[in-house]
Amino acid sequence: MSLEEFKNRNVGVQNYITVQDDNYPKTNGEAFKQVVKRSLKGELFNGLKITFNMMKEALFKNQMHTVQYPAEKLPISPRYRAVHKLLALLESGENRCIGCGLCEKICISNCIKMDTRIDENSRKEVLEYTINMGRCIFCGYCAEVCPELAIVHGGRYENASEQRAHFALKEDLLTPLDKLSLQKEYEGFGAVSIDADEKIKKTPLLY
Amino acid sequence: METSIIIETVVKAIVILALFSALAGFTTYIERKILAFMQRRLGPMNVGPYGLLQIAADGIKLFMKEDFIPQNAIRPIFMIAPIITAATAFIAMSAVPFLPEFELFGYTVRPIIADINVGVLFVMGVASVGLYGPLLGGMSSANKWSLLGGARTAIQLLSYEVVSGLALLAPLMLVGSLSLIDINNYQNGGFTSWLVWSQPLAFILFVIAGFAETNRTPFDLLEHEAEIIAGYATEYSGIRWGMFFIGEYANLFTICFLVSLIFLGGFNDLWFIPGGLAIILKVMFLIFFFLWTRASWPHIRPDQLMWLCWKILMPLAVLNILITGFVMMF
Repeated sequence: MSLEEFKNRNVGVQNYITVQDDNYPKTNGEAFKQVVKRSLKGELFNGLKITFNMMKEALFKNQMHTVQYPAEKLPISPRYRAVHKLLALLESGENRCIGCGLCEKICISNCIKMDTRIDENSRKEVLEYTINMGRCIFCGYCAEVCPELAIVHGGRYENASEQRAHFALKEDLLTPLDKLSLQKEYEGFGAVSIDADEKIKKTPLLY
Repeated sequence: METSIIIETVVKAIVILALFSALAGFTTYIERKILAFMQRRLGPMNVGPYGLLQIAADGIKLFMKEDFIPQNAIRPIFMIAPIITAATAFIAMSAVPFLPEFELFGYTVRPIIADINVGVLFVMGVASVGLYGPLLGGMSSANKWSLLGGARTAIQLLSYEVVSGLALLAPLMLVGSLSLIDINNYQNGGFTSWLVWSQPLAFILFVIAGFAETNRTPFDLLEHEAEIIAGYATEYSGIRWGMFFIGEYANLFTICFLVSLIFLGGFNDLWFIPGGLAIILKVMFLIFFFLWTRASWPHIRPDQLMWLCWKILMPLAVLNILITGFVMMF
């Protein structure tokens, strides 16, 4: 399709094609012939055949479309953007976050809020870090912008709950110290992939 | 002698009432399951094994729900309408022979409440009175969707009643009796003596009219949920709503029994299958066919129903009667 056709906004005056244009009956005899033809065509039984085959395959070949959701869950891609996770430093278990505030800045729904200060070693310390899950639209900008790969999106997509305790504090989002050895570097949207080392190539400038 | 007949009739009536009310609930379950499989879903699964207790759960829910009567509704008519549907559906069954005669503790049981010699007329007449339920319910609800549903009931009654009557006329001419037992006995010569072979057109017409009479899907104009919310039943809740549907499913069974008795050999023995089992198998197949078409075929519009009934089915039925008459004459 050329650009000219895209630019044509006169959609009302185009030539539409009616579905039955070619064989629309003109005389009574033709109309009668059409009725008889359609009556004897057996299209209705074609419909019955389709649904019966569907039932046969559902029953005997187990081709169901359903997922028994709370009992059965579909696998989720690691690139899926669900509830955030805070990754820890592998060496010390400390939060990787350096308090740069980029995630707070880029967040388009203004749901990330952080409070920092300079501590006595004149390093930046994160005092408060909150993500308002009610506002979050899970766009993934915070994970993308994070220079330290401290914040990623995990795979936990079930946010609704009846109990207050099920909603996470920063300590719950951060990898716990005893689970540090289990922390996968590639987990969640925004993190580097496992085979990132192999993917690194020399830049042309190096030669 | 007299008292024994009264007791027998009362027992039969109670058995039929209990059995077909229970079957109505069970058919809703079967319907949901079959529709689900045809759409590759599972249907009710969570209550009981394979969702079987869903029937009980639905029943409890229907009984417990508030019985709601709208402010501007005409109260007595609104309250009576579902009773008409359910009652006529069961009254129509009183002239239907369900099974062949059998012996129970040395006592011959005839599984028909009243063998009247105008059985077909009685069943068709009472079943069409059942349409007053939706009609009155729809018109008394003080709701525009209900009113539309009630109006469509009239359309449907006008359309299918003529066709079903005319369609039945041709096989009745062959049999020469209106009693369903006579019609059944006419076909006792085995598979080849079924009336469906000599009256295929009447069979098709009667099945189509039966679909319309029971408000099943190609013709469920009364409760066309895609167009008019829930049609005549919009304002109904709880057990009154349930009675409409018990009536609908009881009608479904009546029509299936009628079709198998008149056209498919009734309760005559079929090869090695005893008659009682044969008719149950036929009815089960017909019920399955009713559910099958619900999954396969789309709704039609009211004008399409009128067009179909008056321009296609009625002339065909008259033609069928004429041909049958000429064949019998010469």
